[in-house]
Amino acid sequence: MKTIYLDNNATTRVADEVLEEMIPFFCERYGNPSSMHSFGGDITPHIDKAREQCAKLIGAKRASDIIFTSGGTESDNTAILGVLHANPSKKHIITSAVEHPAVRGLCKELLKLGYDVTEIGVSENGLLDMEGLKKSFRPDTAIVSIMWANNETGVLFPVEEIAKLCSEKEVPFHTDAVQAVGKVSINVEKTPIDLLSTSGHKFHGPKGVGFLYVRRGLKLQPFMIGGHQERGKRGGTENVPSIIGMGRAAELSMKYMDEENTKVRKLRDRLENGILKSVQKTTVHGDRVSRLPNTSNIGFENIEGESILLMLNEYGVCASSGSACTSGSLEPSHVLRAMKVPFTRAHGSIRFSLSRYNTEKEIDATLEYLPEIIEKLRAISPFK
Amino acid sequence: MWDYTDKVKDHFLHPRNIGEVENPDGVGEVGSLACGDALRLTFKLDANKRISEAKFKTFGCASAIASSSALTELIKGMTLEEAEKVTNKNIADYLGGLPEAKMHCSVMGREALQAAIAYYKGIKPEQKKMLEGKIVCECFGVTEKEIRDAVKINHLTTVEEVTNYTKAGGGCGKCKDDIAVLIKKVFLEAAEEAENESKPTPFDMLTNIQKIKQVADLLDQDIRPTLQRDGGDLELVDLDDNIIYIKLRGACSGCIGAASTMKDFIEKKIKARLSPKLKVKEI
Repeated sequence: MKTIYLDNNATTRVADEVLEEMIPFFCERYGNPSSMHSFGGDITPHIDKAREQCAKLIGAKRASDIIFTSGGTESDNTAILGVLHANPSKKHIITSAVEHPAVRGLCKELLKLGYDVTEIGVSENGLLDMEGLKKSFRPDTAIVSIMWANNETGVLFPVEEIAKLCSEKEVPFHTDAVQAVGKVSINVEKTPIDLLSTSGHKFHGPKGVGFLYVRRGLKLQPFMIGGHQERGKRGGTENVPSIIGMGRAAELSMKYMDEENTKVRKLRDRLENGILKSVQKTTVHGDRVSRLPNTSNIGFENIEGESILLMLNEYGVCASSGSACTSGSLEPSHVLRAMKVPFTRAHGSIRFSLSRYNTEKEIDATLEYLPEIIEKLRAISPFK
Repeated sequence: MWDYTDKVKDHFLHPRNIGEVENPDGVGEVGSLACGDALRLTFKLDANKRISEAKFKTFGCASAIASSSALTELIKGMTLEEAEKVTNKNIADYLGGLPEAKMHCSVMGREALQAAIAYYKGIKPEQKKMLEGKIVCECFGVTEKEIRDAVKINHLTTVEEVTNYTKAGGGCGKCKDDIAVLIKKVFLEAAEEAENESKPTPFDMLTNIQKIKQVADLLDQDIRPTLQRDGGDLELVDLDDNIIYIKLRGACSGCIGAASTMKDFIEKKIKARLSPKLKVKEI
């Protein structure tokens, strides 16, 4: 059975070109860039090149504004804790109700440590309450952390507008752009973003690597304290092969950005419209205009998400769900709850997330299996 | 991904007895859309008052569907007296086990069965909930009786376990303290029950070595397993003039509940089983 991978917001396939670029740095050129000998020192230009490639992807002029990290979670932690520790008198954080656990979980911990957290809500379409945001600034607001694109629904937030607002209020602005990078055009020179988090494995790079953009001049305490690497901003020997791989992945992302917005979008729409047409009682969760081109979150009424996923799994189709059962918690995802999605379909929500590797054939096969699965589960369900 | 047994996968992908029995003798409905799972069980009795047909309709995850399917297979051919004794553990065992966080699916199966039997006996669902005492968890509508049963049958000792088995406490979490109190109550009641059941023995007539042997046996069989479940243990040090000297170990030593464990649990049990003259002392 062939795998049909429609779970690219969870992770992506490493591009062949990326792997190829990485391989020499495992067994042949395995030196430490900090070493005095040229076997190690010769690695440095490759790291520099990757830094340039990553800077370019987000429109940063200075490659030195890029800090390599272990991924999205570390980038988010570095950004938020780094700003808080650099401004110890300010104890207020503004964030949204639909952030990834990397930000949400951290804010929950910070609450326990005496910080005050304001969560900005979203509309039923998942769009950010901008009026609420404008009103929530305080003299002691230390940081605003709001994601660019939601991982569950793909809904995009007006980051340019938020950045401008924060800049006017002179509050540092961090955005978790993990899902947006490579899918939407980002330019940190034109938009006053202070901190931007990314993760390599979401754009066909390897897992365990990411980067954080830090605007020059921003006061930031290092999070990972140790050696002098990353100009003292992040200790620890560089993850050389992965950083080099991510650099190449960033370059490829620039190249394929148009494809994301044409080919991938077309496939996503084909899948989404096909499901809405062939299956009764289905609803798209999230605004259909202000949305990533690859994501579709669909609620199937009166059935439960884990069951749908496991039946799709029988056909080799990989997707994910915001239902309670899949997460091991007892309530549906916080994103769907913040959007006030009714229980009739919150438990039966499925996220399909595509990539440039998907084909029309795969989408059509999924469209063939899905109605049968939904029908089977609805026949078992006591609700009509 | 959940670690489901092949039997769970089989009953999920090929569920047995889907649907509704015509003119059912028993109907049991539990759960709701808000809760994330729901089960409607119907059964029919034959001339010998045995369950001849049982069917289900379930909204829920793979383990909820598999548990429902297993339930209908399990109860076929049973009398109502036999069916009444079916526990969530029987359902989970039938499936070769369920992941801990999914045990509530097997509990839902038992509850639907209990509700269907009550229906047969003429007890309306509202009355049944009322008879079961107050609702402890508002989020998932879990009653005191449901929690008590789960604690007793599965020997649950923590709030987290109760949440895994009944969902109670898994929503807003407001009722977690109430659940903790309830677990303690069930625990103490069980100890009391054991006390009432026990027969008086001419313990006092025994020689000291025989006495020590009886105390050691009682500790091994009835007390240490309970302590060990919480990571604790004890050691019998001596018996002198009706005073049993015990040393608490593991999580029990230094535990703030140690004194009450000694008096309310260990001493109570020893007095009931062996002799009311006995006293327990921690050293």
